[in-house]
Amino acid sequence: MSRLNRPGKVTSTFTYVWLVVAAVVLLFPILLTVLGGFLPSIDLLRQPPNLLGHYTVDSYIGALQQTVVPLLPAFGNSLFVGLVIMLAHLVTSCLAAYALVFLRTPLRTPLFWLFMATIMVPYEAIVVPNALFIRSLGIGDSRFALVLPFLANGFGVFLLRQAFRQFPGELRDAATIDGCGHVRFLFTILLPGCRPAIAALAVWSFLQGWNMYFWPLIISSTNNSLNTLQTAVFALRSNDSADPGLLLAGITITLLPTLLLVLFGQRWLVRGFTAGAVK
Amino acid sequence: MSRDDPSTERDVSSVSTVGNAEFTASPPNGLVTAADSATVSQSVISRWNPRELALTVLFLAPAVVGLGAFVIFPLFQAVYLATMGSDILGNPTRFVGFQHFEELFTPDFGAVLARTAGFTLMVVVAGVVLPMALAVPLSQRLPGMRVFRTLFTLPFAYSASAASVVWLLMLNPAMSPVNWLLQLVGVTAPGWTTDSGWALVTVAGVTVWMVSGFNLLVLAAGLAGLDEQVLEAARIDGASGIRHFTGIVLPMISPSLFFVIVTTTLTALQSLGQPQVMTDGGPNGATSTLVYSIFNQAFHNNNSNYGLASAQGLVLLIVGVLLAAVQFGVIERRVHYR
Repeated sequence: MSRLNRPGKVTSTFTYVWLVVAAVVLLFPILLTVLGGFLPSIDLLRQPPNLLGHYTVDSYIGALQQTVVPLLPAFGNSLFVGLVIMLAHLVTSCLAAYALVFLRTPLRTPLFWLFMATIMVPYEAIVVPNALFIRSLGIGDSRFALVLPFLANGFGVFLLRQAFRQFPGELRDAATIDGCGHVRFLFTILLPGCRPAIAALAVWSFLQGWNMYFWPLIISSTNNSLNTLQTAVFALRSNDSADPGLLLAGITITLLPTLLLVLFGQRWLVRGFTAGAVK
Repeated sequence: MSRDDPSTERDVSSVSTVGNAEFTASPPNGLVTAADSATVSQSVISRWNPRELALTVLFLAPAVVGLGAFVIFPLFQAVYLATMGSDILGNPTRFVGFQHFEELFTPDFGAVLARTAGFTLMVVVAGVVLPMALAVPLSQRLPGMRVFRTLFTLPFAYSASAASVVWLLMLNPAMSPVNWLLQLVGVTAPGWTTDSGWALVTVAGVTVWMVSGFNLLVLAAGLAGLDEQVLEAARIDGASGIRHFTGIVLPMISPSLFFVIVTTTLTALQSLGQPQVMTDGGPNGATSTLVYSIFNQAFHNNNSNYGLASAQGLVLLIVGVLLAAVQFGVIERRVHYR
């Protein structure tokens, strides 16, 4: 590990002061989210909110019991969206990246640029035709409407292509000489060898799916049972009867998997991303 | 290590000469007829067998179909929709030609574009400078830095709607710890989301908070990968302070910096949750950015103005591509890759 420098006393004091000030400002909203869900309105609705107040789980019970925006089905939908998009990205990206790197097709170069071009298209630019398309397919009331447009991803193909290209050619040649076919090579040698990139894509895709907002907002606008936690939080907040404690309890529930992933998955994310995109 | 051995190079060059013919001549299922393969260069033929061809088609099909149906095809569909007027239910029923595109040349839409530019600029500048100002001190050899770094990445976990609702509470006059702090130093807090002069700044600020976690992660990784020997040499040569940072450190982490600038630009340009949840585009349209406007025209209050929304979507596409072209064409030239 290389570091910038070994600072003197004055510099290090200044460093700690700045970091503590920044931490208080930047992390207070997180503290408020996590603790606020356990606090009654009396403690929250004062300036500043009293984070050492009368702890209770009433807000969580209230959030789970309220029938305006049922949170448990929304949790199920979010989990469905996150997991299906993650698995689909892994499968479609692995296969396509493998074909681009190891299978010889004259379409290799045009297809690669086609995948790259799709990264350039902001999803919001094509959200209208996609919404009309999903409705015309008649599946607007199915859970699959939440995920169908996101099963393949150009960035996923790019990320894995970069990883596959860095796979040692000698290992590939040795496997070929041993009579190892493409499918066996992919699943038993290549994928285990590219675990950092696979893990990075899995974490990134799950976060994308779980935190997606615009699309589920459109899909759930015609069918409330398709709310994800993200749209449910918005619907809760639009409902006047929701007090801050209940809102924060709901938000903490939406944050559970993502906070864990950011805490424990960030190492994979950085390693997998920087290998392909930065270097 | 790259896998680009000479044979791959030959393969690519043969594609560039016959590639176009191949692309149009082969049937959609990818089966290449004898006549087609005859035009393919010798090196390719020798490696092609039916099994591998079938495998190639099988492997590429899911991604190509998925992206074709939901990214490429909708682009053409958007152009078609933009030329169509809708009935009251939003069904495209009549051809209106360039009417929707003419509506883009109005002062109202000009204001939307100006707001989007201002918002994006604020988010990119602050969303890169703030994490940098944290990542540099964090890269020092001091106890506790790892804990700080992990804590600072946590905002990355928040979705647009979660961050927006939490910050609405943070700025709610009934409980705002921000207003309380300002009061302590004798400043009266503005109407963060209700004053049209402040709303866009507030929404941008929340977006900066949201992107700061991921950007810090990338910049800190860039700083951790710096070559200690180069830094040491620079110090011996007398570089220190600001000059050391701008002259040595900044160029060395320019790949990470470039990556962060590009991704933050796209994130800012595509933000919907923050303006929609926090201010619903208001007050008086003060936070109606391009993406909010697309949402508003197409889906808000059953507006169902799909034609205009599609035309605005095409503007978003062009803006995004232009910005990326500028960033890759101008900035990346100055990026120092090892």
